Amino acid sequence: MKSLKKLLSVALVGVMCVSVLAGCDSNTASGQASAGAATETFKIGGIGPITGGAAIYGTAVMNGAQIAVDEINAAGGINGYQIEYKFEDDTHDAEKSVNAYNSLKDWGMQALVGTVTTTPCIAVADYTAQDGMLEITPSASSTDVIVNDNVFQVCFTDPNQGTASAQYIGEGNLATKVAVIYDSSDVYSSGIEATFVKEAENQNFEVVAVEAFTADSKTDFSTQLQKAQSAGADLVFLPFYYQEAAIVLKQAKDMDYAPVFFGVDGMDGILTLEGFDTTLAEGVILLTPFAADAKDEATQKFVATYQEKYNEIPNQFAADAYDAVYAVKAALEAANATPSQTAQEIGNLAIPAMTTITVNGITGEMTWQATGEVSKTPKAVVIKDGVYVAMD
Amino acid sequence: MDFLSYLINGISLGSVYAIIALGYTMVYGIAKMLNFAHGDVIMVGCYIVFMMMGKAGVPPIVAILGAVVICTVLGMGIEKLAYKPLRRATSLAVLITAIGVSYFLQNSALLIFGADSKSFTSVVNLPNLQLAGGKLTISSTTLVTVIVCIVIMLALSFFIKKTKAGQAMLAVSEDKDAAMLMGINANATISLTFAIGSCLAAIAGALFCSAYPVLTPYTGSMPGIKAFTAAVFGGIGSIPGAFIGGILLGVIEIFAKAYVSSQLSDAIVFAVLIIVLLVRPTGILGKKIHEKV
Repeated sequence: MKSLKKLLSVALVGVMCVSVLAGCDSNTASGQASAGAATETFKIGGIGPITGGAAIYGTAVMNGAQIAVDEINAAGGINGYQIEYKFEDDTHDAEKSVNAYNSLKDWGMQALVGTVTTTPCIAVADYTAQDGMLEITPSASSTDVIVNDNVFQVCFTDPNQGTASAQYIGEGNLATKVAVIYDSSDVYSSGIEATFVKEAENQNFEVVAVEAFTADSKTDFSTQLQKAQSAGADLVFLPFYYQEAAIVLKQAKDMDYAPVFFGVDGMDGILTLEGFDTTLAEGVILLTPFAADAKDEATQKFVATYQEKYNEIPNQFAADAYDAVYAVKAALEAANATPSQTAQEIGNLAIPAMTTITVNGITGEMTWQATGEVSKTPKAVVIKDGVYVAMD
Repeated sequence: MDFLSYLINGISLGSVYAIIALGYTMVYGIAKMLNFAHGDVIMVGCYIVFMMMGKAGVPPIVAILGAVVICTVLGMGIEKLAYKPLRRATSLAVLITAIGVSYFLQNSALLIFGADSKSFTSVVNLPNLQLAGGKLTISSTTLVTVIVCIVIMLALSFFIKKTKAGQAMLAVSEDKDAAMLMGINANATISLTFAIGSCLAAIAGALFCSAYPVLTPYTGSMPGIKAFTAAVFGGIGSIPGAFIGGILLGVIEIFAKAYVSSQLSDAIVFAVLIIVLLVRPTGILGKKIHEKV
């Protein structure tokens, strides 16, 4: 069923591409006098895993960005030019990601919305930096991603997630005693853990246990949970991915331990894990910039379109991608870019413009620092009856 | 009370290692080869149970029986196609073939089932056991795993000691050529060993995924390595040795996590293994092999 859906979404994107191309052809036929075919549209590329273990993220980004592109095109495009959008699969592999980048460059890409996951993004960012291309990643959250000046993030950086989580727990008085379980063999997880524990010192709760696991021992969490329980933790912070979180939730239930579980963006996806008993995730809180049930008009419109097109409630990756496309639009408009310029020419103007723009997106009101980090307010969602519900 | 919980967790993890280790040790004891694909047969077993329970909606026990049948056929097939032609080859060639089969199974699963993780529903559907006024909870999966492990170990020991086929296995493991001269069909015996080993793998898979419910094509590899360690720890080739090795490995791993450091647990497990092998090179219950001069 899932593969069918994937196939369908790929086919849909294919249809979109073809129709956009068809539009392009008719444009050239009528506007031959002014400019050549290649200069008629902005070419925006996307890279991410749409097959493999991280496919859930890449597919969401591909679909979310597509919705933004369609909307912008329907509303008249960027500076009056339509957008052409092409997405390449990298299966969450750094080498394939660089290959995908090269093939998009051959296609004529002028700005990149991607890549989706951290490790490939670090590899691709070196190439975009050489080429001077504007790159906005919706979801690669490591600080290593933004070492180059041309890369900007829509999601929070890992250290920010740790700090923001601690502040959220403290300010919301969610717990008095907190335990942390993290993956010490993973940069993402240990990065969040470090800043969380640091920020916890300034908050009104106490960290009573910090327990680690590694990639080689990520099947049994009973000991870590037992230690958290013995230490009296009423909240357990889980800064890692949903696959392991699913085991943690199951084992906690087996030992009748029911604290509040608090996750970060890696937890997103747990509800769509095939075969997962969603009652296990009841009451799990996660820090995410996006809540699908938010009442504002932009979010509701996005969620409705996404559901209609892809038959799924969008997660935060889809929302981040949607906002990333609008960020590209804002930067290109601020830079007065035209499709006839090369990627580097556009980059030279649009990259400095990134720090001047404000995008009021569905993941919050965003501004960017020259480092590439985004500033926006985190929101938290809680899982109720198998769906995400906004905390406030 | 914490100590008891840790101990129970350790025994639970250890008994899963033990069931897998029994498969390793059987094959090594009789065919004198390390079947590195064993962990991946476990993964195949998990997927079959997952598909049968999740997609076809059959009851858990039928799903496990289905997995047992398919894994047994798979195990015998692997033996016939990949290992039998190499019966006279060097042990290194067979070892490399086993690694090849392991990758073949992983990548086939990747192709058929996709890389998305699947969440496995426990095959054990019983209430948890509460002791000491609710302070100590033993999950039903743990209880079933430990009981199944003990039953399998006893049944295997009985089979080898008391049945004709078991005696034939013993004879082949002692001296294959002499056993053949005595009229034992060595090839059939080795085939039977693989059948039993793979059948155990299916059961181990169902129990492993019930306790640790996330299923990917690589699910089998890490427990496979740990269980192999357990088999060496207990004395490879020895059935009670695999059981003791598995339980000890699980308990040491959990205690190391609980009382020393959750980051260093694997390092501690393997340090203990090295010390045991320095003192007893053939493992805890391993037989001393006399070199023929």
